[in-house]
Amino acid sequence: MSNKQKKKLSPVQQEYQDFVNKREPQRPLFQNCIRAFLVGGTICLIGQLISQFYMQFLDFNEQTAGDPTVATLVFLAVLFTGLGVYDHLAQWAGAGTAIPVTGFANSIASAAIEHRSEGFVLGVGGNMFKLAGSVIVFGVFAAFVIATLKVILLQGLGGV
Amino acid sequence: MIYLWAFVVGGLICVIGQLMLDGLRLTPAHTTSMLVVAGAVLDGFGLYEPLIDFAGAGATVPITSFGNALVHGAMAEAEQHGLVGVITGIFEVTSAGISAAIVFGFMAALVFKPRG
Repeated sequence: MSNKQKKKLSPVQQEYQDFVNKREPQRPLFQNCIRAFLVGGTICLIGQLISQFYMQFLDFNEQTAGDPTVATLVFLAVLFTGLGVYDHLAQWAGAGTAIPVTGFANSIASAAIEHRSEGFVLGVGGNMFKLAGSVIVFGVFAAFVIATLKVILLQGLGGV
Repeated sequence: MIYLWAFVVGGLICVIGQLMLDGLRLTPAHTTSMLVVAGAVLDGFGLYEPLIDFAGAGATVPITSFGNALVHGAMAEAEQHGLVGVITGIFEVTSAGISAAIVFGFMAALVFKPRG
């Protein structure tokens, strides 16, 4: 809880908050990092195998193989989410499954499946990006600012 | 060799994410958003492309590459059309990830039932 929120609490509430903080189990940081490293690394290794496949058997080069690789990983992640496997793995691996693009796919698929009972338009369509939306919004806005600055700077220097 | 570096670099990016989750007590949404912005900033300085050459899928699979790809698409279009290209090209490279996620996600909603 941030300090700002803390100031609004009454003394009793503050006491309780301290009590909660003391009782909260310590997160095993080192163990979690090892797990994230192993699982995240393995997912990237699988990605490397997939892109090698695209380079070997289909007409892709090192630069263009990234896109079909991401699409394939997204497909696999959605499939495993639907089968209920991905979330079990995510419980164990933490950021190891959340940070690769498979985590992005998982958040979209699980939101879509979960809200199906509310109907396809309002439920699935409306909630699909509930979790993944922030990634797209901040990614696009940051990319817009950076690309605009870069274009202006390059034009100012006589580039472009 | 590229397999080893893909594993190590991809794993390390996930460790950074884990440290943000556990160390800074951020939510997964905050963590992934910040990593995407970090990827976009790194590409702005031209630092992400060398990482991809070095680590292959270790750099393209983590969500940071999403930010990198957004800037890349915007810059590629901007080279042809100037500032308008930033808007028109921003999703050019990322189309694979987003459209695949939407299409397959929708299919999953058609096929699978939620599990408790």
